[in-house]
Amino acid sequence: MSAVQEVITEAPAVEAVPKRAMTLGYGASLIMLALLIGAPLFVKNFIIFQLTMLLIYGLAVLALNILTGGSGQFSLGQSAFYAVGAYSSAILMEHAGMNYALTLPISGVICFGFGFLFGQPALRLSGVYLALATFALATAMPQLLKLGYFEEWTGGVQGLVVTKPDAPFGLPISQDMWLYYFTLAVTIAIYIFSVNLLKSRSGRAFMAIRDNEIAASAMGIDVALYKTLAFGVSAGITGVAGGLGAIAVQFVAPDGYTITLAISLFLGMVVGGVGWLPGSIVGSAFIIFVPNIAEGISKGLSGAVFGVLLFLVIFLVPHGARQVAIVAQQMLGKLKKN
Amino acid sequence: MELFTNQILAGIATGAIYACMALAVVMIYQAIDHLNFAQGEMAMFSTFISWQLMQWGIPYWGAFVLTLAFSFAGGIAIERLLFKPLAKAPILTNVAGFIALFAIINSVAGLIWDFTIKQYPTPFGSHPFLGSQLISTHQAGMIGVTILLLIALYFFFQFTRMGLAMRAAASLPESARLVGINTSWMIALGWGMAAAIGSIAGMMIAPVVFLEPNMMGGVLIYGFAAAVLGGLTSPFGAVIGGFLVGIFENLAGTYIPGVGNELKLPIALALIITVLVVKPAGLFGRPIVKRV
Amino acid sequence: MTAMLNVKDLRAYYGQVQALHGLNFDLDEGSMTTLLGANGAGKTTTLRAICNMVRSTGAIEFEGAPLAGRSTENIVRLGIAHVPQGRGTFTTLTVEENLQLGAITRTDKKNIVSDIERMYDHFPVLKQRYAQQAGTLSGGEQQMLAVARALMLRPRLMLLDEPSFGLAPLIVRDLFKILGKINREDKVTILVVEQNAQLALELADRAYVIETGRIVMSGSAAEIADNEDVRKSYLGY
Repeated sequence: MSAVQEVITEAPAVEAVPKRAMTLGYGASLIMLALLIGAPLFVKNFIIFQLTMLLIYGLAVLALNILTGGSGQFSLGQSAFYAVGAYSSAILMEHAGMNYALTLPISGVICFGFGFLFGQPALRLSGVYLALATFALATAMPQLLKLGYFEEWTGGVQGLVVTKPDAPFGLPISQDMWLYYFTLAVTIAIYIFSVNLLKSRSGRAFMAIRDNEIAASAMGIDVALYKTLAFGVSAGITGVAGGLGAIAVQFVAPDGYTITLAISLFLGMVVGGVGWLPGSIVGSAFIIFVPNIAEGISKGLSGAVFGVLLFLVIFLVPHGARQVAIVAQQMLGKLKKN
Repeated sequence: MELFTNQILAGIATGAIYACMALAVVMIYQAIDHLNFAQGEMAMFSTFISWQLMQWGIPYWGAFVLTLAFSFAGGIAIERLLFKPLAKAPILTNVAGFIALFAIINSVAGLIWDFTIKQYPTPFGSHPFLGSQLISTHQAGMIGVTILLLIALYFFFQFTRMGLAMRAAASLPESARLVGINTSWMIALGWGMAAAIGSIAGMMIAPVVFLEPNMMGGVLIYGFAAAVLGGLTSPFGAVIGGFLVGIFENLAGTYIPGVGNELKLPIALALIITVLVVKPAGLFGRPIVKRV
Repeated sequence: MTAMLNVKDLRAYYGQVQALHGLNFDLDEGSMTTLLGANGAGKTTTLRAICNMVRSTGAIEFEGAPLAGRSTENIVRLGIAHVPQGRGTFTTLTVEENLQLGAITRTDKKNIVSDIERMYDHFPVLKQRYAQQAGTLSGGEQQMLAVARALMLRPRLMLLDEPSFGLAPLIVRDLFKILGKINREDKVTILVVEQNAQLALELADRAYVIETGRIVMSGSAAEIADNEDVRKSYLGY
């Protein structure tokens, strides 16, 4: 053991994305919105369901983006918060007969609390160590959900069936379509909230912490408060996504929320571009559709094909979809000049 | 009391597995400053290669040595082809790369050798060690191999020029370049050595957990935990960490009510994290002073 | 006298920012040259550019061989030792290991051992602390270690970046005396970048003054020391 301490001037583990670059320009946002509103009108119910899941996972990736890209905390445990949100909604709907829409804010608050609490011990950990801690959380969750102790509420290994809601006011649209638009509304609301959060004082505090925690604390930022706040907000949004997921999929079961989900969400964040909120939906598309594509290419080697496709993406665009957007922006800029 | 000591001994025996894996983890950490999630899969693949060689008639120790060489070369190849291009990319992108590598290796192994469990031989036999019911000769052999590895690594790093160069490159890459060290090749070498050590871990572990593509999942996590507990900069710490994790795991399973097999992992991890909150650099790691 | 180092039209960039705007200078073999300038003028950048540690354009030739396209470690292996700003000591390794690292690219084992002894002669304090971790040495001692480590390469050219930084004046005097000795006896060409203009000018044969990435003055050290502008800006009188 050495007497000499290793002195390091640590480069931030998470790349600093400037505040302005974290969102989409107005033009692109409007186009995106139009696409999202119009899409379900032209496709079958099953595709509408997939689009709904696209939005839901997009929300979960967004939450991770706020935590990692925003406040620089690494989490491999989002699946745990997603599961808690899902189960909260399911239990409230099935055991307490609550209206599905009401369960969402409650799930969000429960998960916010859970995340905030988890953020406390996580304060002293960072990087690799935080990754391990969140990993532990993610692996523990399915086991906790299977525990006989909670079985009366959680349905144990089998889980719970969730009733899909009908469109309100007798509107003549399918359940899937109603659920899609409902999810879209929630997604847009949360997206706007997140963008504003990152632009606010809290957001600046997050980013200061991400870029240089020691300097941030020297500037008077209550690092502990903001770090746990970031965890809380991120968990809360993930919880809402989980609740929506439970309703869309129509059931909850412990093995639906394993570490694989947490890893997928992480990959979604990287592919979308860490810290770039609009990229969340690109990341979500990647984790929903690419595994299917991989299986379509080769059933026996689906994992390998997925891995190869993932490598291709990170070789071509190591900074994720954000890089593509920047290049596109530059090209548009050149076109405008000519 | 006797149950307690027995559990400790049993924990040390299983801990040898984690200690071995933890050595490979520390090795790669020294080279690239982060953890490689695909390390377990690489070890598993190497073990399958050795198994295949034995199926083709090559005796155990011959297969062992060939596998070592193959793993060393393979580790270097993977680094040069897949991770050197990512050297300038953000860390999180590299982590995604590790995950991709994991998926590829696991899938390919499953295709070539399928997912049925296979028996894997041990060169140490599996009778009770010195008459004890708790430690088999194989487990004793595993502990012996791990200690030998540790000593070999110590000699390599402390007394050879290559070892010194690697330590320098890991400590201050820019200064290392200024004395003429090709730091890029040091990283490749680190990968090669980590792969070779991992293959030894795999070949020691397979007789116990049986050979199949998913055999390293849990072991890798415990290996990480052990390395982190011991202090990521200390091979000695990694080995001690491995034994401690084995003990924690056994004690948790025995003494905490309601903890079946499934909850052992998170509980063990929770214990380790508690230690880290108190001693952030691990038990034997060098405390890191961060400068603004 | 042949030029050992020949720098033509050197431009260096940190990202989009241009730090050097076309430097031209030569170093004669066996000479001791100093590069003076204020903070941020581009002195460190110049040294880093020679070793390809920063993106640059232009032609640099060392003993006739172009350095373009070579990696830092390959440039070092040609015989250029660089003592960086902040010394770059391997703080967790011992003093002796630091010296051994200086010679890590050499293959003549016996000479390496005798060279280490010579370093201990030059710098007795290092001999005392040979098994200590380098990080426990004082600033002055670490600077001596950095110079010794560079010498272990048996370099033909030595680049030093602000060796006096953070050191007490007496220690700096000692250090510069040793540098002079090395230049004369071991025939090592030296380029030393300094903010401490007075000492540097006493020691060197030639001097260049650099301001915002351009060389604004060049000549013998005596001429530069006499120059009124230099005296006002850098020597304080």
